[in-house]
Amino acid sequence: MSEALKRTPLHRLHAAAGARMVPFAGWDMPVQYAGIIQEHVAVRTRAGLFDVSHMGEIRVAGPGAIAFVQRLVTNDVSRLTGTQALYTPMCTPDGGVIDDLLVYRFSETDLMLVVNAANTAEDLAWIRDHASPDVRIIDRSDEIALLALQGPRAAGILQRLTATPVGDIRYYWFRPDVEVAGRTVIVSRTGYTGEDGFELYVPAEAAPHLWEALLEAGERDGLIPAGLGARDTLRLEAGLLLHGADMDKTTTPLEVGLGWTVKLDKETFVGADALRRQKAEGLSRRLVGFVLDGRSIARHGFPIRCNGAAGRVTSGSFTPTVEKSIGLGLVPPACAAPGHPLSVEIRGRAVPGTVVKLPFYRRGQHSAG
Amino acid sequence: MYPKELRYSKEHEWARIEGNRVRIGITKFAADRLSDIVYVELPSVGAEVKFMEPFGVVESVKAVSDLYAPVSGKVVEINAGLADTPEVLNTDPYNAAWMIVVEPSNRAELDQLLDASAYAAHVGETQS
Repeated sequence: MSEALKRTPLHRLHAAAGARMVPFAGWDMPVQYAGIIQEHVAVRTRAGLFDVSHMGEIRVAGPGAIAFVQRLVTNDVSRLTGTQALYTPMCTPDGGVIDDLLVYRFSETDLMLVVNAANTAEDLAWIRDHASPDVRIIDRSDEIALLALQGPRAAGILQRLTATPVGDIRYYWFRPDVEVAGRTVIVSRTGYTGEDGFELYVPAEAAPHLWEALLEAGERDGLIPAGLGARDTLRLEAGLLLHGADMDKTTTPLEVGLGWTVKLDKETFVGADALRRQKAEGLSRRLVGFVLDGRSIARHGFPIRCNGAAGRVTSGSFTPTVEKSIGLGLVPPACAAPGHPLSVEIRGRAVPGTVVKLPFYRRGQHSAG
Repeated sequence: MYPKELRYSKEHEWARIEGNRVRIGITKFAADRLSDIVYVELPSVGAEVKFMEPFGVVESVKAVSDLYAPVSGKVVEINAGLADTPEVLNTDPYNAAWMIVVEPSNRAELDQLLDASAYAAHVGETQS
């Protein structure tokens, strides 16, 4: 089995650091080093370094780049003015979410799409299938490694390794050619943890050097490597969705609370008609956050009951900062208002809980809902 | 790692014979594998547990696992403190983190359990 799994350029370093490796989306990835809770707390209070090189990077180049991507995704790529990034779903004609991705705008004729590892092959096929003759689609996934430096100390740590003032990079902006520890990388002020932080897109061969340089530069600040386990609890507390768990091709962006990324007034895009219709007719379910009484965990797929109607859990965990059993789930609209009671069936028992406003955690505040 | 006076199930529970009672918990190996344990669900006092059938669950951040009774019998004590401090399963699995005490109905079942070195071999470690 492990022979079939792909390895990031940092695989050897993870093994040496004592990481527990697990198969994830076809990759052999570190789920934890010191422990999920310890890594989670480090990111909330100091900093953590993640290897997320399994993510896919797809370059779209050519005079038609903007117009082409604009037709593929629901958000409005024309709003990007400089070297900016945009979060957006990419939908089927029925409005189902094929993937959620980041669009990086290098120029009018050069974009980079960053997609989920589990969907890279399917996304690539879909994108190539729809490509216009005035764009080239280039899969850069194997050449690019991705390091996420996240946490309140991230900017200070990164600054020790570069002359570029990284604090000047605004949220969801990036710089395409920053010299960090002697290597030229893309520095993006983005992340998936709910904390301040940066994502560094680096040449695969430079990844081990940069990983070690960052850990060394951050040691006195308490920077530690963090795995996919902490990444999941951090993103859940921050109310960030996971494709394949909280949404997929059977759910639309409107149903999962991503209406803010659906720009029906821009030029038409794949899924626009279906989403316009759904918006007019109203939703039959909504993704909500909930908190359960007690400590048992609502896992993906567990049934939800509210007002005698059914729903289902899409993500759930007991998370370290919020210190409650929290989750996301799809429920009928009548149950979706914060404060509404619901129950989750856990091993045959109805565990009571309450719908809460998302996110569970917001930077600088430490309370649930 | 695996105290010599305990008996072990292949499902990673330990059993300590205390006169006519048996104290039960999970091994360091299981606790380490689960890591970050956040919830423990135990039976009530008076419940009957059956040899190598689930008597409760332990949940870590990432996964949920069944607990298997290393002996059949009636539950006479439970460690209610684990509900609030499940993390002791990771720090002190053989003492503070005991789970239940059972009055066995068939002590012969205990003979089917492993001793410390056999358990260490079962989990692929050498007992030091």
